[in-house]
Amino acid sequence: MTIHVPPASVHPSAPAPVRAGDERFEPLDAVIKRHQGKPDSLIEILNSAQVRFGFLGGELLDFVARRMRLPSSYVFGVATFYHMFSLAPKGRHTCDVCMGTTCSVKGARRLLEGLERAMGIRAGETTADGRISLQLVRCPGTCGMAPVVYYDGVAISYETTASAVKRVKGWLDDGSERAP
Amino acid sequence: MDLSGLHSIAERERHSRKPNTIRCCAAMGCEAARSRQVRVALRSAVAAAGRQDSIEVQGVGCLGLCSAGPLVRVEPQGVMYQRVTPEDVQSIVAAVDGGTSTAERADLSHPFFTLQYPIVLENSGKVDPERIESYVAEGGYETLYHVLREMSPAEVVDEVSRSGLRGRGGAGFPTGLKWATVAKTQADWKCVVCNADEGDPGAFMDRAVMESDPHRILEGMAIAAYAVGANQGYIYVRGEYPLAYDRLQVAIQQADRLGLLGSRIFDSPFDFRIDLRIGAGAFVCGEETALMASIQGQRGTPRPRPPYPAEAGLWGKPTLINNVETFANIPPILKRGGGWYAAIGTDKSKGTKVFSLTGHVRHTGLIEVPMGTTLRTIVEDMGDGVPNGRALKAVQTGGSSGGCVPASEIDVSVDYESLAALGSIMGSGGMVVLDDSTDMVDLARFFMEFCADESCGKCVPCRVGTAQIYRLLERFVAREATESDLVLLEELCDLLRSASLCGLGQNAPNPVLSTLRYFREEYEAGMASIGASRGLIREPAVVGRPA
Amino acid sequence: MIAVTLTIDDRLVSAGDDDTILHAAHDAGIAIPTLCHFEGIADIGACRLCLVEIEGSPKLFAACTTRVTEGMVVRTDTERLRRHRKLMIELMLSERNHVCSVCVANGHCELQDRAIQAGVDHVRVEYLYPKFTMDLSHKRYGADPNRCILCARCVRVCDEVEGAHTWDIGGRGIASHVVTDLSAPWGDSATCTACGKCVTACPTGALFSQGATVGELEKDRSRLAFVVTARKTREWVR
Repeated sequence: MTIHVPPASVHPSAPAPVRAGDERFEPLDAVIKRHQGKPDSLIEILNSAQVRFGFLGGELLDFVARRMRLPSSYVFGVATFYHMFSLAPKGRHTCDVCMGTTCSVKGARRLLEGLERAMGIRAGETTADGRISLQLVRCPGTCGMAPVVYYDGVAISYETTASAVKRVKGWLDDGSERAP
Repeated sequence: MDLSGLHSIAERERHSRKPNTIRCCAAMGCEAARSRQVRVALRSAVAAAGRQDSIEVQGVGCLGLCSAGPLVRVEPQGVMYQRVTPEDVQSIVAAVDGGTSTAERADLSHPFFTLQYPIVLENSGKVDPERIESYVAEGGYETLYHVLREMSPAEVVDEVSRSGLRGRGGAGFPTGLKWATVAKTQADWKCVVCNADEGDPGAFMDRAVMESDPHRILEGMAIAAYAVGANQGYIYVRGEYPLAYDRLQVAIQQADRLGLLGSRIFDSPFDFRIDLRIGAGAFVCGEETALMASIQGQRGTPRPRPPYPAEAGLWGKPTLINNVETFANIPPILKRGGGWYAAIGTDKSKGTKVFSLTGHVRHTGLIEVPMGTTLRTIVEDMGDGVPNGRALKAVQTGGSSGGCVPASEIDVSVDYESLAALGSIMGSGGMVVLDDSTDMVDLARFFMEFCADESCGKCVPCRVGTAQIYRLLERFVAREATESDLVLLEELCDLLRSASLCGLGQNAPNPVLSTLRYFREEYEAGMASIGASRGLIREPAVVGRPA
Repeated sequence: MIAVTLTIDDRLVSAGDDDTILHAAHDAGIAIPTLCHFEGIADIGACRLCLVEIEGSPKLFAACTTRVTEGMVVRTDTERLRRHRKLMIELMLSERNHVCSVCVANGHCELQDRAIQAGVDHVRVEYLYPKFTMDLSHKRYGADPNRCILCARCVRVCDEVEGAHTWDIGGRGIASHVVTDLSAPWGDSATCTACGKCVTACPTGALFSQGATVGELEKDRSRLAFVVTARKTREWVR
C-alpha cells in the first residue's frame, strides 16, 4: 500500500441545495436538536449521520452545516479529517484488514495483497459492482489472535490469505450474500 | 444514596447469586474467537439440563489469555477452560458439580497467571460490566463515599502524590503534581477529561478496562474531580472501540440513576456529571491538545504548549487530563492508601503496569505486573517464550513512539527510566515480541507509514517529513538505498524530533532511530553498493569485454 | 501588562509579558524568518521556521507562539537552527510543485525569499509533486493548489477579519488541502465576498489575481496588515 496523496481534483460536483424541510434528513434533525445544535457535538452528529446514511454526501454535509449554523468549509474540514468518515458510498459488504503492529508482523500485509489480487481493487476502494469495500483499520486491539480481519464488522482471528480470499470469494462469486 | 444504601445493594446482589457461575469472556479478543456462540450455547445447555436456578451464565470482561480464547471460567470451583467451542459446553455444564469436562483446561498454575499482580484488572473477568450492582458488590463506590465525606480535596491530592503514581498514557508525568496544578488554578469552571483514545497499534489495555470494569473509571474520575474542584467530566473514546463506548454509556446511566453521579453526590455539596465523546479515527487525538480540539467538535490538530491544559484547556478553562489506566488506579490508592501503592514497584516507577503482550510469543494477552519486572520474566516465563523453534530478536515497546529492546538487553527492568535508557519508552503498554524472522527495516517502515497516515498535517516537519522518511525506508527495504540516503534519513529524524509541533512528530523517528541503533547492519544491507558485494544484487548484464 | 527584560542574540530587549518572542525580536530589529505568521491574525506555529533556542531547555520553541518571560535567554540564529530551517524549506519545496520560473509570484514570493535567505540551492529529498488542477472559476481570482504551502493564512484572514469563513483545510497529513465551502469550485462559493484578503495574505502564488502572468503578481501585504491591525492599534490612516 502507499501513502495517500491528494486527489487529482478537489472539486467534486457542487452539492444541490437542500430543500426546506428535506424529509430524508429529518431523523438527523432530531439528533441535532438533542445536542441543542452545539458546535462541539459536530463529530457526534457526523457519526450518527454516517451510521444512518452510510456515508456523508455533499447534500448531507450541507444540511448539517445549515442546521448547526456552522461554515460549510468547517464542516467539510472536520468530516475529511477523521478516517472513519466516508464521503463516498461504501460497498454492501466491508472487509477490514487490521494493520496494527502485531497483525503486521504476523503477515497482515501479505494477506492484504492477496485480497487485493483476488478482488482486483486496492485498499480503500470498492468493487465496481458496489458489492465489497476493502479497507484498512488501525488496530482495534484484538492483537491476541493476530492477524485479524473484520467481515461486515465481525472479527475473525488467526486469518490466513487463503481463508480470507475464500470468504470474500463467497461474496463475489455466488452473490448469495451470506455472511462468512 | 448513602453507605447503607450501597451496602444493601451489595447484599442483595450477593444474595441473588446462584451457587455456580460460568463466566464467559465477552471482551473483543474472545469475541473475535466467536465467544458469543459459546455464550449462547452455554445458556441453552444450562436450560436443557434444567439448571437455570443453580447456574448463572455471565458475560464478563477480559480473562487475560487472549491467545487461547474463547475463555470460560467456572466459579466457585476456579476452573478455566480455553479454546472453548459450542461442542464443549455440554460437558462443561455437566462437570460443574465435579467430574472432568472434555473441554481443554487452562493451566492456572502457569506463570502467566501466577505472576500477575492485579490492581487495575482486579475486577476484570469478575464483575459483570453491564451491571452496577455487580461492581458495588465488590465494594465499588465505597471509596468515593469515604473521600467525599471524610477527606478534603487537598488530602486527596496528597494521597495521590504519596502513591508516586505516574501517568499511564506514556509520558509518565507525576499524577499528584498534575492534580495539584489544576487544583490550585483559580477558575469559575474546571473539568476532568479521561483520555480513552488508546491509539497505539498493538495496545489494548485501556480497552480491556473499559469493557471489563467501566465503573472503576467513573469512580476514579469522580474522585479526581472532587480533588481538583471540577464538576464536569468527559470521556473521549476512540471510534474503533464501539463496545467500550456502549459499556461506558450504560455505566454512566446506571450511576446517574443511583445518584452516584449528578447533583449532591452522597448528600455532599459535590456535583459531577460525565459526558461521553466518541472519536472517528485519528491517532493524533491521543495528544492532549488535539483531544481537546476534538471534544470541541473541531479538526483534531494539536496546538503549541504552553499554555498547558492545566491552565487553559477545554474552552480555555483549567482541565485535568489523565488516561484510563491512571484513573483506574485511583480508587484502590484512596482505599488502601498512597503508602501501600508506593511500596509496589521500583524507586522511581511505583505500582503496577498493564501490558498487552502480543506478537511472536506463545501466550498472548493482558498482564498486570509490578513495575521493575524484567522483560525476560514477561517474555520467557509469562509469555512462555518464542514459538516455532525461533529465537527472540527484540521486543517492541511503546508503539509508534517507542523503540525496540534487543534480545541482548532482555534482562532490563521494565520501568520508565530503564526503558528510556535503551532508547525505547514505556508508552501506554503495548509489548510486541519479535522473533528472528522479523525484518527490522520493514518494521521501521511500518511505523513510519502509520505516522505519515496519522499526521494531522498542520506542521511542516511532520506532514512532509514523515512522508519523506517513509519513501527513504522503502528504498532500504527494496535494497536500492545509497549512503547519502542514510545520511539524509538521520538528518530528517533529527529534524522531526526537534522541530515538530507535537509528540506525534517528535516521537515518529523513534522506531527508526532505535532500529538504527541496534540493527544498523540491516540498514546497510539495504544499500545497493553493499548489497552487491554480498551478492544480493544481480551481476551487471554485461560481463564479457566487447571484442 | 508588566515589562520584562530578556536577552535575544546577546542583546538586552524589553517587552511586555504578554508579548511573543517574535514580537519582542521584531521590535528590537532582530529578524526571525516566518511563513505562517501574519501580523494581526492568530498565530498557529505551523511552519516551524521561527523556531528559536531558549537557554535551559533542549527543546526548540516557535517564536510566534511562545511568550517572553523575565530573564529569558533566546538564540535565533544558531548552526542547529539554520540546519533545521534549511531542511524544512527543502521539505516545503518538495511537497508541491514550486517551480519559480513559471510562477506568477516569481520574485514576490515569501517562500522563495526564505529559501534564498536559508541558502537552499538544491533539494535533497524526493519531489512528491501531486497533480492538482487549477481553480479559475472565480471571476476575479484564481487558486493553484500546486503552489500552496498550507500555512492557512487565507483560512485565518477569511475567518477572523472578513468573517466569511469561506476557506478551511480539508483532509489531513500529506493529503491536506485548502477548500472553499464544501470543496466546491471557488467561483460557486455562496460565502465568498470577493474581498481579496486571502489573495493578499497568501505568501506564494497559490492564490492570485486573474490576469497576472509569470512574475507579475505583486501583493501589497503591508496594506493588508495595516487594515487588519487598524482597530487594535487605532491607526486608521496609513
